[in-house]
Amino acid sequence: MKCDYCDSKATVFLTQLAEGQMKKVCLCESCANERGVTDPTGFSLADMLLGNFQKDIGSGSQAKGKKVSADDLDACPQCGFTFEDFQKVRRFGCANCYKVFASELTPMLKGMHKGMSHVGKVPEGLMESHYRDHRLEELRSRLELAIASESYEEAAEIRDEIQCLDEMGVKK
Amino acid sequence: MMRFSTLLRHPADWMVGTQKDQCAVITSRIRLARNLKGHSFPGWAKKTERAETMAILRPAVEDLPAMKDAFSRELGDLTSVQKQVLVERHLISREHAARVDGSGAVIERSQSFSFMLNEEDHLRMQSIRPGLKLKEAYDALSELDSELEEKLEYAFDPTLGYLTTCPTNLGTGLRASAMLHLPALVLSDQIGQVLQAVHKIGLAVRGLYGEGTESLGNLYQISNQSTLGESEETIISRLERVISQVASHEQNAREKLMEDDPDMVADKIGRAYGVLKHAYLIESKEALNHLSLLRLGGNLGFFPEETVNLCDVLLMDIQQAHLQLHAGMKLSPEDRDSIRAEIMRSRLQSLESPDNLSLKNDQSDRFPEDGNPNKS
Repeated sequence: MKCDYCDSKATVFLTQLAEGQMKKVCLCESCANERGVTDPTGFSLADMLLGNFQKDIGSGSQAKGKKVSADDLDACPQCGFTFEDFQKVRRFGCANCYKVFASELTPMLKGMHKGMSHVGKVPEGLMESHYRDHRLEELRSRLELAIASESYEEAAEIRDEIQCLDEMGVKK
Repeated sequence: MMRFSTLLRHPADWMVGTQKDQCAVITSRIRLARNLKGHSFPGWAKKTERAETMAILRPAVEDLPAMKDAFSRELGDLTSVQKQVLVERHLISREHAARVDGSGAVIERSQSFSFMLNEEDHLRMQSIRPGLKLKEAYDALSELDSELEEKLEYAFDPTLGYLTTCPTNLGTGLRASAMLHLPALVLSDQIGQVLQAVHKIGLAVRGLYGEGTESLGNLYQISNQSTLGESEETIISRLERVISQVASHEQNAREKLMEDDPDMVADKIGRAYGVLKHAYLIESKEALNHLSLLRLGGNLGFFPEETVNLCDVLLMDIQQAHLQLHAGMKLSPEDRDSIRAEIMRSRLQSLESPDNLSLKNDQSDRFPEDGNPNKS
């Protein structure tokens, strides 16, 4: 396959879903670098390269990556709030919405706050489970490392500790 | 039950506190946002649900030892003027004042703590202190928060922290802010630069009454924006550091103005004194700007020290709803200007003209040459 811009062999293939349409661009390595395709942040690249940039600039933020359509998402089972509602009022319906719309929320938090996870006061009763969750997370990543480096003895120890913590959580 | 008039008979504790070292910082304010687990947030909740959360929250807050004999009302039971007075005193938010039934306010006797029930979040609690005392204000409020936590089940997530209606408050749910009086930075045209620097490090700068309000009377609020990813202590200590830097910039600007252009300073303060003391009709904006200069005069030794507190109290008392409350009736804008001027004249009656004060005694070490505004 040839590059859309020159006759060299295309090695970079950009496929992007925007506004429900699939857009394909084929590029050779040098054209791709020239057009900054290797850094797929910022604008809707397929549109930019295909010359539709103007049209899309208004809805740029939504066209980035895969478009999130509110209709496809279920409402929060606890309060009936939808992501479309959120886009209108920028506020959620209940605490459970944060679980339901977690994947939409996460990228937004980056621009909003200094970090992505809570550091600070924790309600007293929750201290234990909060600590346990942190510990579990740490153990799981250590387990992966241990397995990767084939230190099975250590892995077994970690596994036992995880099981132990897990059971404590269930009992509670 | 505490009456509205009793609550407002005296100025709030934080309006009359004295703070000599950081005279540019008027008040420190801490707000915490909390929600109940398993209940829709107030803006999305149905009327019956809001009544339910009120029935859980109100007794819990009223039962706090610190809130003994507090002023506690459902917003529907307050007149719009009363609600507006509470807004002017920073005890409830403008948004909260627009609410009626199913929302409430519980305000501590000295007005140092206030709780908004079913505001944007189920619970928004606030503590105000005079001067730069964010840490103290937070510690006191956090204690009440911990007491409440024993009775209420908060919506909390280990990763996202306290869950709030708006994701901009997630995590600590903490908004820490200070009200600053920066007349010398404004007079010396440095204010833009300073505020821009504050903004650059991720802090918000607002006018007298929060978001979207104009900066009147050289008053500015500086607050944190990010609430997730840093502890309360980190947020507060950074804010305190920045605020005391801004305050010392202001202090330097004051000293420089007195050195470079003492006549200009004396002229501005003298004119403000003259207008406030002799006006019969005065608009709010004009009054606030002159009060700002009078306050500066108090800090610089043109007036006795207690003038600063007098200005802070007047700042509240000359606002629209406070005037209406004072008059006990609805006032036209012209009426307000006349009553405002009357209040000013009567409160400033005993304040002597800066010309009569011998500044040489007080100020001779700091401003050896130019301390006397009457020179030349």
